[in-house]
Amino acid sequence: MKRLVKDEKVCIECHRCEETCAHAYFKTADIGKARLQVERNRQGEIDITICTQCGKCIQACPVLAISRNPKNGVVYVDKNKCVGCFICVAACPLNAMMRHKDELEPFKCIACGLCTEQCPTQAITLQEVEE
Amino acid sequence: MDHKLELKQLKQFSYERKPIERGYNNRTLYVNVSDQEIKEKPVTEEMKEKFVGGKGFGMKLLWDGTRPDTKWNDPENEIIISPGPVAGITQYPGSGKSLVVSISPATDLPIDSNVGGYFGPYVKFSGFDALEVQGKADREVIVYIDGNEGSVSIDQIAVDTDDAHLISEILTEHYAKDEDDKRNISVVSSGSAAKNSYMGVLNFSFYDPRRQVPRMKQAGRGGIGTVLADKNIKALVVRFAGTKGDLNNSYDYDKVARTGLKLHREIERLDDSLFRMRQVGTANITDTMDKYDLLPVMNFQYGSHEDAKKVYANEFRDNYLTQGFPDGCWYGCSLACAKTADNFELLTGPYKGHKVTVDGPEYENVAGLGANLGIFDPQYVLEANFYCDTYGIDTISFATATAFAMECYERGLINQEHTGGLELKFGNKDAALELLHQMSRNEGIGVQVGRGVRRMKEYFAKEFGADPVLMQDIGMEIKGLEYSEYMPKESLAQQGGYAMANKGPQHDEAWLIFMDMVNNQIPTFADKAEALHYFPIFRTWFGLAGFCKLPWNDIFPENNKYQEEAHKIPEHVQNYVNLFSAVTGKEIDMKELILQSERVYNFQRTFNVRRGYGRRKDDMPPYRSLGPVTKEEYESRAERYDGQLKELFDVDPATMSVSEKIKMMREHREKQYDTLADAVYKRRGWSADGVPTVEHLQEIGMDLPEVLAVAEENQ
Repeated sequence: MKRLVKDEKVCIECHRCEETCAHAYFKTADIGKARLQVERNRQGEIDITICTQCGKCIQACPVLAISRNPKNGVVYVDKNKCVGCFICVAACPLNAMMRHKDELEPFKCIACGLCTEQCPTQAITLQEVEE
Repeated sequence: MDHKLELKQLKQFSYERKPIERGYNNRTLYVNVSDQEIKEKPVTEEMKEKFVGGKGFGMKLLWDGTRPDTKWNDPENEIIISPGPVAGITQYPGSGKSLVVSISPATDLPIDSNVGGYFGPYVKFSGFDALEVQGKADREVIVYIDGNEGSVSIDQIAVDTDDAHLISEILTEHYAKDEDDKRNISVVSSGSAAKNSYMGVLNFSFYDPRRQVPRMKQAGRGGIGTVLADKNIKALVVRFAGTKGDLNNSYDYDKVARTGLKLHREIERLDDSLFRMRQVGTANITDTMDKYDLLPVMNFQYGSHEDAKKVYANEFRDNYLTQGFPDGCWYGCSLACAKTADNFELLTGPYKGHKVTVDGPEYENVAGLGANLGIFDPQYVLEANFYCDTYGIDTISFATATAFAMECYERGLINQEHTGGLELKFGNKDAALELLHQMSRNEGIGVQVGRGVRRMKEYFAKEFGADPVLMQDIGMEIKGLEYSEYMPKESLAQQGGYAMANKGPQHDEAWLIFMDMVNNQIPTFADKAEALHYFPIFRTWFGLAGFCKLPWNDIFPENNKYQEEAHKIPEHVQNYVNLFSAVTGKEIDMKELILQSERVYNFQRTFNVRRGYGRRKDDMPPYRSLGPVTKEEYESRAERYDGQLKELFDVDPATMSVSEKIKMMREHREKQYDTLADAVYKRRGWSADGVPTVEHLQEIGMDLPEVLAVAEENQ
């Protein structure tokens, strides 16, 4: 399956990936709405939050709004079915299911790869990974 | 199978759809099935101020809709279902509760029963803060609310069964537009035994898209299902498509979502090492109750049993309960305690051989249907649980009533001739199940058991010459309601919690046994009396706002033990304050929260008084709940009791007979209960006879003239 792979060592925190993502999916410059996040953790190290498409959120959803596309292995949230409970956000072991204060539904990376095209250092790449 | 049935619409009413404003629709729906009147009623600012919502609205509407002498089966008795202003938020665990209120056939008092499932939130999203049903239909009807169409109708449909699991399935199929729409339907029904007993429940359905079956939660206590059946209502059905994250139009939605997410994370982090609600549900405490001698065994005679291990939580988890499913009874409940056994094959009754989805078992069902009947068999517990639900029978009342009948049988107060051949011995699971099937068929001794302990005492004395004094001591009921399944004998706080509860001995109002006996958090007499003020009032609030109590104390943050009043779980209380403020825009604090509750709590007590009850005599527990009635009970805890007598009275128990010791213990414990009642009434602002004083009602703002008048007349 295709998914993002990160290499924090080479990240220069330009945040272009987040800008690209937020713009693509929410038409906004607010990078809080990006489906991946580049932050500093408590130790002061760069921490890139990406979804590994592990699918733990699928089982957590009470309304079957989250499913894996059998063709590409990517996990999607169906906004129409979603009732906005955010159980999936807490269930995600990587904090890769996102919530933003203006949004009623959670959102996540769908491995489109737009961000990787903008990354100047290949800190994030789209790769074919064995399940 | 095509379940589109022939429908005859007897009456239709259209209403204007409007968005909810900060948790309130500001109107309720009134349906009279006698004359088929359907109308909207306004919710005034005063009503919100004094009654908040949920149970508060239910009690207020019931007071206004009935006379002081209205009986449960008079047409003017009502069933009110109200979800509360916060209900329906999808982010905070346990936010979909409805409170159901009616005059109870068991107690002749206003009863309130809380329930999950989708009905309450869907009624709210359809446009109403409460559904109030009155009257008695001349033929079997269905009340149908379509929240998307803005339509309410009284329908006539020939549904060829009285059992709730089938009614829910058939009507879900009928009213849903397609497969996807089934999740938007919720059905309220009773069951075939509800009309033959005084312990009928209301089953509230919620469609489970994974199992593709409507599951059910119960408004269990006090026989409201019996009232529904008496009204000739087959079901109440609501359809609402379009549930989203903020249909309440909250004042501060982000705060709601943040607070919810914080608790989701706490549960994700801690539940597996705390109560394991997500694995085994409320039945997690069976083990603790047994180990602490608090599990009711054989009609509350004993508190533990060597075979109890057979019904410990892991037996259900390992052999029956489906694991890892998001089993909440409303969206967003990550505590997910609504466990189910899937593909469960029934061994008895009309559905023998059927493979069904059984919800539960809740702790109450393991303790009641199991231990309290001396039956330690998980397969049987699930089967009895299934039949109770589908027949529309309250598991708790059934269990406690059957335990009483079994003890009467074992002590020779009734015999096999009286029971129609049933050998009603403790441990006889076939007999227990047969009682249930008899209730459904309206035959045999099952009918007497279905009337509950209070009526059985009268009936057994009158018809069979059974000893009324002994039955008074061992019949576990107060106010006509059966005890729920905690052994209060050694917990003074729980004795008071049961006996002084407004509706009868149900633990939801004052579940103090855990903090008293397991955690030892309220050690002194003063602590217990204060707890009997604070907790019933605090716990009332959940039912005003639309919350479930379990996410308050069946999970707690890591640092809770360092808090000053750890037993109150301060961080979670603050969550509730925040959520109420964030949804309604009315800033409250802890003090105001308690005041909101205190108003409704005292209103309910005054409602009891208005109906000729609500006095000290109505709060008198049977002695079994305070101490050992029989020799066997005394001897089972001889060391404890002997020690207490020695300490209290400086006597040498070795020189006394068991009956002397029982007598001495009884005098002490009855006096102790009386002293407690004195302290609690005083703390609650009630007279020594248990009636709220006019001054207290005025002080807390429950100063409606009709309420003050009742208090004044009855001082």
